[in-house]
Amino acid sequence: MQKNQTFKLKRKPKIIGSYTIVGPKEGKGNFGPYFDYVMKNDYFGEKTFEKAERKMIESAVTGVIQNAKLQTKDIDMMIAGDLLNQIISSSYAARAFKFPFLGVYGACSTMAESYAVASVLVDGGYFDNVVCCTGSHFSTAERQYRFPLELGNQRPPTSQWTVTGAGASVISLSGDGPCISAVTFGKVVDYGVNDVNNMGAAMAPAARDTLLAHFLNTKTTPDDYDLIITGDLGKLGSEILIDLMEEDGITLGVNYGDCGQMYYKREQKTLCGASGAGCCATAFNSYIIKKIKEGQYKKVLFLPTGALLSSISTQQGDTIPCVCHAIVIEKE
Amino acid sequence: MEDKQRNEAYNKYVSAKIPKTKAWPSLFNSFWVGGLICVLGQGINDLLLLAFPNLSMQTAWALTLITLIFLASFLTGLGVYDQIGKFAGGGSIVPITGFSNSITSPSIEFKSEGIIYGICVKMFTIAGPVIVFGVASSMVVGFIYWIISLF
Amino acid sequence: MQIFLDYLWVFLVGGFVCMLGEILIITTNITSARILVTFVLIGVFLEAIDVFDYISDFAKAGINVPIIGFGASLAKGAIGAVKTHGFLGIFTGGLTATAGGIAAAIGFAFLFGLIFKSHTKK
Repeated sequence: MQKNQTFKLKRKPKIIGSYTIVGPKEGKGNFGPYFDYVMKNDYFGEKTFEKAERKMIESAVTGVIQNAKLQTKDIDMMIAGDLLNQIISSSYAARAFKFPFLGVYGACSTMAESYAVASVLVDGGYFDNVVCCTGSHFSTAERQYRFPLELGNQRPPTSQWTVTGAGASVISLSGDGPCISAVTFGKVVDYGVNDVNNMGAAMAPAARDTLLAHFLNTKTTPDDYDLIITGDLGKLGSEILIDLMEEDGITLGVNYGDCGQMYYKREQKTLCGASGAGCCATAFNSYIIKKIKEGQYKKVLFLPTGALLSSISTQQGDTIPCVCHAIVIEKE
Repeated sequence: MEDKQRNEAYNKYVSAKIPKTKAWPSLFNSFWVGGLICVLGQGINDLLLLAFPNLSMQTAWALTLITLIFLASFLTGLGVYDQIGKFAGGGSIVPITGFSNSITSPSIEFKSEGIIYGICVKMFTIAGPVIVFGVASSMVVGFIYWIISLF
Repeated sequence: MQIFLDYLWVFLVGGFVCMLGEILIITTNITSARILVTFVLIGVFLEAIDVFDYISDFAKAGINVPIIGFGASLAKGAIGAVKTHGFLGIFTGGLTATAGGIAAAIGFAFLFGLIFKSHTKK
C-alpha cells in the first residue's frame, strides 16, 4: 500500500505577498502587463549573467517583503532555488539577507517545491513568515545546459525558451491573500525519454503521476478546480499530458492550462513555449495570483514539473528523470 | 520488464507526436546562404590573385580562408553570426566560417571565468573534436601512404 | 561569360554541400560539432581516394570554403609530407598544411574574446 503523498493544511497558510521581476523578452510576452518589474536588459547592470540572476533574486526578495507590507526583521526563513549548479544564485542572494536559508532544487518545479515546504512549515506553527523565491536566466541556463550564446546553431522544433525572471511570495498565517489548502509531493518518474530538446515529453508522465495521486487522495476531479495549471510542459508536453490523462479516464478540459505554453506570444518564436524555474514562478506570482484575488479563479491546482537532469547525465546517455509537486490555492 | 515496455511504447508515441516542420524553407535558406559564402570566398580569392598576380594558388587559398575566418570571428563578436546561423542552419555551419564561429563563440562566452580558465580552456569545447578528428585521420591517411610507399 | 559560369558552379556546389549539412541537422538533430567533424572526415576521405582535386577543379571555392576543404588539406599535407620526409611526414604533414587556418581561428577567437561580450539571443 502506498503512503499518502497529499497533505491537507488545516490552518491554511496564506500567500500574503507576491513579486515578479523579468527580462525584456518576457515583458513583451502575454503576461507582460502583470509583472511588477521588467528589466531593461539581461545584464541588469552587472558584469556577468550569473551576477544578474543573483541580483534578480535579491530584488525579488526585497520586493516581496515590501509587497507583503513587512520588514526584513519579520521574515523567519527564506526558501529558494534556481537552475544553476549548486544553486549559487539563490545561496549568494541569501547572503545579502539575515534570514535562515533553505536551498531547494526541483529544476523547473522549484517554485512548487518551495511553496510546499514553506506551507507545511508555516502550517505546523514553526515559522511565521516564510519567503519563497525561484528564478532562472536564459543566458546562464543556455551556457550551462546547451551552447554558447553566439554559436550559430538552430533550435529543434521541440525546444523551449528558458525564462529570464524571478518570482517570490511570502507565506504566512496572518494577513490577507489566497490560501494554500493542500499539497501533494511528487515522486520521481522516468519514462525513458533522453532527448534534452524535448523536455515536455519527458516531464508529462511526472505530471500525470502527481495528478492521479492528487485526485485519488483528495477525492476530487478536474471539475472541482477553476484552473489546473502545469508549469512548463510547453505546447507538445501539455498535449501529451491531456492524452495520458485520457488513457486514465480523466478529461482535462478548458480549465487546464500550461504556463509555458501561455507565456510568450506566437511571434516571439519560442517554438514549444517557455521553460525554466522562472517560468511558472513569474506566471503564478503575477497573472494567476491576481486573477485569484479578483475572484476569477476560486480554486486552482498548480503543478509545475521539473526535469532533474544535468549536462553530465546527458553526456553519459542517461534518460531524464522528472518530478512534479502540486499545490492547491484557494481564494480565502 | 514492464517498465521497459512502457518506456518503449511511450517513446514511440512521443516521436509520432512531435510536430513535423516543413523542411523546404530551411533547406532553401541553407542552400543560398551557404552558396553565397562560397561565392564570397571565390571573390576574395580572385581579387587577391588580381592584386598580387605572382601569388601561388596555395598561398591565395590560405589567405582567402584566413580572411573568411576573420570575418566570421568578427561577426560572431558583434552578435550577428548567431542570427545568420539561426536563419541558415547548415548554410553557415558547414563553411569554414562556421568553424571560426564555433571557436570564437565559447571564447567570448566564457570570458567571465578569466583569460586562462575561461577563454583559453573553453575555446575548444566545440571545435576541439574537429581538430582532433581532422589531425588523427590525416595521420591515418599519411600512415597508409607511408606503408604503400615502402613497397 | 566564363566567369559567370565559374561563379555559378561555386554557388551551386557550395550551396549543395551546405544543404547536405542542413539535411543532417533536420533528420538527426545532431549538434554543430558533430556536423563539422563529419564534413572534415568526408574531406579527408575525398582527398585520400584522390577525388577532391577533380571536384575542386570546377567547383573551386564551392568545395574549398566548406570545411570539407579543411579536411582535404589535412590529408593532402600528410600525403605530401610522407612523400618528401618519409615517416616523419605522418606527424608533420596535416598540421603544417592547415597551420594558417587554425592559427587564424585561434588568434582571432582570442582577440575578439578579449574585446567582445556575449549578447542574449532575441
